[in-house]
Amino acid sequence: MLLAVLSGFILCALAPWLTRSLGDRAGWLLAILPAGLFAYFLGWIPEVIETGAVTLQYPWIPGLDINLSFLVDGLSLLFALLISGIGTFIIIYAGGYLHGDPYLPRFYAIMFAFTAAMLGVVLSDNLLTLFVFWELTSITSYLLIGYHHEDKEARWCALQGLFVTVAGGLALLAGLLMLAVAAGGEYTLSGILASDGLQEYPFYTAMVLAILAGTFTKSAQVPFHFWLPNAMAAPTPVSAFLHSATMVKAGVYLMARLNPALGGTELWFYMLGIFGAVTMFTGSFMALRSTGIKAMLAYSTIMALGTLTMLIGIGTEAAIVAAMAFLLAHALYKAALFMLAGVLDHETGTKDITRMGGLRRAMPITFVTACVAALSLAGLPPLFGFIAKELMFEATLHGGALTTFTTVLALLSAIMIMAVAAIFALRPFIGARTETPKSPHEGPLSMLIGPVVLAALSLVFGVAAFIPEAALLQAAVTAVHGRPVDFHLYLWHGVNVPLLLSAIAIVIGLLAFRFWDAVLAGFRRMPFIDRLGPERGYERLMDGLVWLAEWQTRVLQNGYMSNYIITLVLTTVALTGWTLFVHTGTAIPLGDINVRIYEWFTVGLILAGALFATITGSRLTAVAALGMAGFGVALVFVEFSAPDLGTTQIMVETLTVILLVLVLYRLPAFVNFSSPGTRLRDALIAASFGGLMTLLILVVHDINVAEPISDQLVQWSYPEGHGRNIVNVILVDFRALDTLGEIFVVGLAAIGVYAMIQLRAEDRRQ
Amino acid sequence: MEPVMAVVVGILFAASIYMMLRRSIVKLVIGLILLSNAANLLIFTIGGMVRGLPPLIAEGDKLPAGGWADPLPQALILTAIVISFGVLAFAVVLIHRAYEVVQEDDLNKMRSTDT
Amino acid sequence: MTAMGSLILRTATRLLLPLLLLFSLFVLLRGHDEPGGGFIAGLVGATGFALYLFAFDAERTRSLMGVDPRLLLGLGLFAATVSGLPGTLLGHAFYTSLWWTPTLPLLGEVKLSTPLLFDIGVYLVVLGSVMTIVLALAGAEEKAEETTWNR
Repeated sequence: MLLAVLSGFILCALAPWLTRSLGDRAGWLLAILPAGLFAYFLGWIPEVIETGAVTLQYPWIPGLDINLSFLVDGLSLLFALLISGIGTFIIIYAGGYLHGDPYLPRFYAIMFAFTAAMLGVVLSDNLLTLFVFWELTSITSYLLIGYHHEDKEARWCALQGLFVTVAGGLALLAGLLMLAVAAGGEYTLSGILASDGLQEYPFYTAMVLAILAGTFTKSAQVPFHFWLPNAMAAPTPVSAFLHSATMVKAGVYLMARLNPALGGTELWFYMLGIFGAVTMFTGSFMALRSTGIKAMLAYSTIMALGTLTMLIGIGTEAAIVAAMAFLLAHALYKAALFMLAGVLDHETGTKDITRMGGLRRAMPITFVTACVAALSLAGLPPLFGFIAKELMFEATLHGGALTTFTTVLALLSAIMIMAVAAIFALRPFIGARTETPKSPHEGPLSMLIGPVVLAALSLVFGVAAFIPEAALLQAAVTAVHGRPVDFHLYLWHGVNVPLLLSAIAIVIGLLAFRFWDAVLAGFRRMPFIDRLGPERGYERLMDGLVWLAEWQTRVLQNGYMSNYIITLVLTTVALTGWTLFVHTGTAIPLGDINVRIYEWFTVGLILAGALFATITGSRLTAVAALGMAGFGVALVFVEFSAPDLGTTQIMVETLTVILLVLVLYRLPAFVNFSSPGTRLRDALIAASFGGLMTLLILVVHDINVAEPISDQLVQWSYPEGHGRNIVNVILVDFRALDTLGEIFVVGLAAIGVYAMIQLRAEDRRQ
Repeated sequence: MEPVMAVVVGILFAASIYMMLRRSIVKLVIGLILLSNAANLLIFTIGGMVRGLPPLIAEGDKLPAGGWADPLPQALILTAIVISFGVLAFAVVLIHRAYEVVQEDDLNKMRSTDT
Repeated sequence: MTAMGSLILRTATRLLLPLLLLFSLFVLLRGHDEPGGGFIAGLVGATGFALYLFAFDAERTRSLMGVDPRLLLGLGLFAATVSGLPGTLLGHAFYTSLWWTPTLPLLGEVKLSTPLLFDIGVYLVVLGSVMTIVLALAGAEEKAEETTWNR
């Protein structure tokens, strides 16, 4: 299992090289990995049906109790199969779609990393690893959306997607941590699902809202839906995979996963029900408004995500069954439709569906496949989408307090999606042949195999609904609902309310298709809709951030060195001084002043050196005074049992003087720039800092927070370290890694000096 | 001894901050040197000051005879001294470079990053 | 710098430098048991070369050292890093120390260890770094003086 999840990362490293050496065939060969994973996950089905859920554990950071543990049950297996199965076709498809693209190796690399991250999300048992994989999907999808990185628009869209999902990810992290705390420090999903009483957790509302902030942004729920259509800047294989079948479903996955633990409350019910239903409606409405073939599908994806969220929120047995069936149906038809959209775009050279027409002769296979997939999207028999849609109506009709609300919105959405499906399946293919930028012909095998197989599956699952039901959906529903549910999927339910609703949707939807041009024109007369979107809010926020950054840069980073220092010093003095005052009050322990005569001399040496260095007007005096203070410090070390320090200090003092002699004389003489007032102000600031440090030492000296480790080090020094100079043993043995870092710093400083001087020499030569 | 050293360290810090607040870049260098000395003494003082008991073990013994001064702060300070020398060299050369390019030793006039 | 190098300083340096270098090696090797160690030894060695630099010039100091100080720096970092590996290879944590005390003819029992290798690495880094800095500065100084004269 560990290998299964991580193999994507391994192949990610190899993919660029393989792609380069294999050339055109790379797509087919690389697809072996996801295909193999698909087979592997298929092999899990019997065990999951048998036992319900299996957890596997691999220690990762045992010291922090972070394990790579995996939870395999119906839900995660359903997702894993979708990811690996659709992933297989996407990889093959990308080989055709991006044929000859110079960045293809990079594409494969990121794609595999994404696939692995996605598998990690749906299979992780540990909350923290789940979160890590979750963020990895955000990052990899950012790279994939911004695939055409020369295009400013694509970069902007990618960044938008990243900001929205990562901002949600932060909230999610907070939510997951609260979840773990609420479950009594339990970081495994299996443990959390087994613990009850999470609903009584005092911060339940905050926890749910934080988690939902993460899942809603990821799954593009209103009002965060705007990033998803923009993510269509990605190449079509990416859109088909990430933004229809996988990444956006991560949010749905998490909500489904946590449903048994968090669901069943009014908050959960209303949040998911209302936001889901509104998202569903918005998505289908925007889909009908779009003319871009990918935008249309993107909005219909938002519709599907909204539907899933709504169904999970309703939470009845019927709703969960509907959600799982809908999930499967949507993944199958949407991936197929997206790939077909890519075929159309690839072969005609335009993405605008109003400019396509009469392609059925040129692209017969595409036409038939599009019809089948679109039938499933529209929810017509005998496709699997029909079963899913009937179940959805069934669920909304028993939606508790939200029955009317959800049913009306579901019906409206179904009407509009019916029209969208018809537009997609028929508009480009029938009617008169229109001029397109490229002369169209059938797409290559690599680009058609995916849609054909997926569309065929939609059909097979529809006719023989017992196959997915027995294989997966039963187990998945059990996982989401928390206990087994007895249900059976049928194509024909008899004449009932859902069927009537479907019929209404079909009739009105077809009418909308018939008069689509008029509908579009109507939408065009309402341009204010564009201005309503929350995307404006996002832009405002981003502009505001930039403005804030500029403002604070102007104020804080104003270029005056002294301002920086004053800010730092005063902040430190205020914060530390305040803490010191709160903790110890005004009673500062003085300790015993037991000073010998020669020690007074040393102290005098240091102070006189520091004082002269500060007030003198000559550089030479300053250097000499500094040397005096430095040797005074060395004397302190020697007098107080630190011979090594004393020696080091003396050597460094000597070298410092050499350094200053070499450089300082090439610098200007002391000049007094500041006024007496400024000097007084600086003196006061400096004195406040010095005073604070004095007080700190006096207070800290008597405090022992923890038992010092030094005594241990002393006792180990000879027996373990074979050394009698304890300081040296610490440096080269006990804390060798620390010392290594320190000598690297010294080395870097030397290289920096060398580089700066060399640069100057080169400047001169020019 | 510690209270006296606390005052000494305070004065060193004050002197270094004062020097770093000057506008002459040469004084900035002097402030830096004073600052590293002050920091080292700070650690040394807090670690406890013991007379005549260096953390050395006589031949044949397993522990330093008659007690010991804490070796850990000493190890930390030892590397700190050497590092502060490296950093000082870097800073001095950097300042020298800046002066060469800008021909200006008033820090307040070195505000633009473009020169 | 040549102006500063008086005859006495040069003569004294010729005598002192070998002593200082020997002393730095001595301080390095005994550092594990007596006051000393890589840091101090490196500084002592660097001071010796710096003295030579004042007495003569950067060019002669460089040729006296024989190797570029940056090479010493790199070698030192390499030695210090590598000294952690033997422990790792034997399945312990990185930088677990290993000791080997063979008895050699003439020298008697010799304590060889990974911490010793580490300390030698520290020595080379400190010596290399300080000399890189000082020689770069002095070299620049001399070039600057030359250009002044040429003007």
